[in-house]
Amino acid sequence: MDDFLVIEKVTKRFGAVRAVDCITLRIACGESFSLLGPSGCGKTTLLRMIAGFERPDEGRILLEGEDITTLPPERRPVNTVFQNYALFPHLSVEENIGFGLKMAGVERGEARQRVARMLELVKMQDQRAKRPAQLSGGQKQRVAIARALVNQPRVLLLDEPLAALDLKLRQHMLGELHAIHQEVGTTFIYVTHDQGEAISLSDRIAVLNAGRVEQVDTPARLYEAPGSHFVAAFVGDANFLPARVLEVRHEGYVRVACEELGNPLACTALPLSAGQQARLMVRPEKLLITRERPEAGERVNVWAGTITDVTYFGAYLRFVVQAGETALLVQMANNRFASSGTVPGRGERVYVSFHPEEARVVAADSQG
Amino acid sequence: MRRSVFPALVTLLVLVFLLSPLAVLVVNSFNASRFGGQWEGFTWQWYERLREADEVWAALVVTLKIAALSSVTAMVLGTLAAYALHRHRSWLQTAHGALVTVPLVMPDLLMGMSLLAFFVSTGVELGMTTIWIAHVTFCVSFVAMVVLGRLQDFDFTLLDAARDLGAPPWEAARRVLVPLLLPGILAGGLLAFTLSIDDYVITFFVSGPGTTTLPLRVASMMKGRNLPMINALSTLMIAGTFLLAALAFRLQRGRA
Repeated sequence: MDDFLVIEKVTKRFGAVRAVDCITLRIACGESFSLLGPSGCGKTTLLRMIAGFERPDEGRILLEGEDITTLPPERRPVNTVFQNYALFPHLSVEENIGFGLKMAGVERGEARQRVARMLELVKMQDQRAKRPAQLSGGQKQRVAIARALVNQPRVLLLDEPLAALDLKLRQHMLGELHAIHQEVGTTFIYVTHDQGEAISLSDRIAVLNAGRVEQVDTPARLYEAPGSHFVAAFVGDANFLPARVLEVRHEGYVRVACEELGNPLACTALPLSAGQQARLMVRPEKLLITRERPEAGERVNVWAGTITDVTYFGAYLRFVVQAGETALLVQMANNRFASSGTVPGRGERVYVSFHPEEARVVAADSQG
Repeated sequence: MRRSVFPALVTLLVLVFLLSPLAVLVVNSFNASRFGGQWEGFTWQWYERLREADEVWAALVVTLKIAALSSVTAMVLGTLAAYALHRHRSWLQTAHGALVTVPLVMPDLLMGMSLLAFFVSTGVELGMTTIWIAHVTFCVSFVAMVVLGRLQDFDFTLLDAARDLGAPPWEAARRVLVPLLLPGILAGGLLAFTLSIDDYVITFFVSGPGTTTLPLRVASMMKGRNLPMINALSTLMIAGTFLLAALAFRLQRGRA
C-alpha cells in the first residue's frame, strides 16, 4: 500500500550543485503528502521530476510498480497545478479545463460532461465562458485545479498552491483543497515552504533541507517530536538551548546540563550517550508562566526569570522571559490568566516551568 | 498650471514636415497640368491613363507575388530564428543574433551588390527567384525582431502545462505557443510585406531582364518624364500603405 509512488535514491545535479541528493520516499495511494522546505532545498526539482519536466541523474521513480523515470510529461498519469497557475490566456475557462481531455482524444459529449462536473466541483459553473485574465486569483486557482483533476490523474502535484493568494483567501482555499481531496481521493503531493500550510493540508510531510530528507512524518509527530534541530526550527517556533547529556534513562528520557539553567529532564528519540553535546528544544506554548514557584520535582522543570517583553495577539500572548543568559519565548492562551485576574507585565519576576515530555533533546549538528 | 504650447507646436511642425510632400503629390495627381507647378484644374485623366498602362500592372503583380512569398517565408524563418535566439544561450546563438541584426544596419547597396555577386558566382539565373531570396534575407530580420519582442512576454510554463496535460511537444507548440505569438508573427509579416513592396536598391541588383517590380518600373517611368501618372500611382500606394500600417498597428496592440 505504501508503494504507490516510490522515489528511489533520486539525485539531480545542476552543475556542481546537488539540487536533490539521493532522496528516497514512499507515498501511499490517496495520501495527501507535502514536500516542505526552504527555497533551494530541492522540493521543486523533485516535483518537476515526478511530473516529468526534469530527468533524474540517478535513481528511479515508480508509480504503481511501473518505472516512469524516463517517460515524458505527456505520457504520465500525473497532473500539475502550477504555482502561477499557467492557464492558457487565449482559451476560455471551459476550454482550459477541457484541454487535457482533447489531447487524450476523449469523445466530445463525454468531455463536455466531465468538464461540467469539474466546474461544479470547484464552484465555477458561472464563469465557464470567461478568459483567465477576467478571473481573480482564487478563481484562477480553482480552474487550475479543475484542469488538472479532470484528467483523473493517479497523482496530483500542487506547486505552492496558495502562495499567490492573500491571507484571507489562503485560509479559505486551504479548507477547499481539503474538501476536494476528500471528495476525489486522488493522491495529492504539495510543494510548499509554508509550514502552516503543510501541517494543515497533509497526512504526512517530508521536510527537505539542502537536497536531502530531514524527516518524514505526520504533522503532529514533526511538531511534537522533531528529529533534528532543522526540523524543530522549520516547523513552528521553538526555544533552543545548548545542552550536554548527563544521563540517559531507558524510557527515552534524558537529563541534560543547560549551564546556568540547571539540569532539566526531557525526552528524545535519538540514541544519545552521556557527555554528548545536543540541544534542548521547548515549544513556546509548552512553557507555563507563574508568579509563585511551582512545586519543583522529578516531573517538573522550573526556571526563574524576568519578563522583558509582552506582545498581545488577541487569543494568546507572547512573552520574552530573560532567564540568565537565555531569552525564552513563551506563548500562553489569553484565558489562562482569567482566574488570577492580571497578566504579568514587563519587569516582573516569574517562574517558567515545563514537563519533561514537553521538551525534546535534538541533535546539535545542523545549525539550520 | 500653465500649459506649454511647445509640444503642440513641435507636433504640428513634424506633421507639416512629413505630410506636406505627400499632400503635394496627392493634389498633383488630380492636376490637369502636365508638369505640376501650378493648378490647372481637376482631372481624372492620369488615373485613366494609369489604368491602361499594362506594364505598370504587370509590375504590380510581380511585386505583390514577391512580397507575399517573401513575407510568408520570412514569417516562418523569422519565428524559428526568434525562438532559437530566445530559448538557447551559446556562442552559436550570439553569432546567430549578430547575423540576424546585420541586415537591419547594413547599407542596401552593399547587400544588393553582395547578393548579385553571390548569384552570379553560383550561376543562379536572375529573376523572380533571386528577388525572392534577396527579400527574404532582409525581411527575416524584421520578423525575428518583432517576434523576439513578443517572446520576451511569453510565459514558458504554459508549454510545461500543455505537456503536463498530455500534449506532445509539437502539439503544445501548435496549440499554445503559435496562437499566442500569432499577433507578433503577423505584425512582423506585414512589416516584411511593405518592406518588400518598397525595396528598390537591392531589387535593382538582383532582378533579371524579364522581371520588373513596381519600384523599378516607377524609376524607369521617371526617366520617361511620366510624372503625373506616377503621382496617381503613388496616391493609390499611399492609401494602401496606410491601411496596412493601421492593420499592423492594431495586431501588435491587441490580444496581448
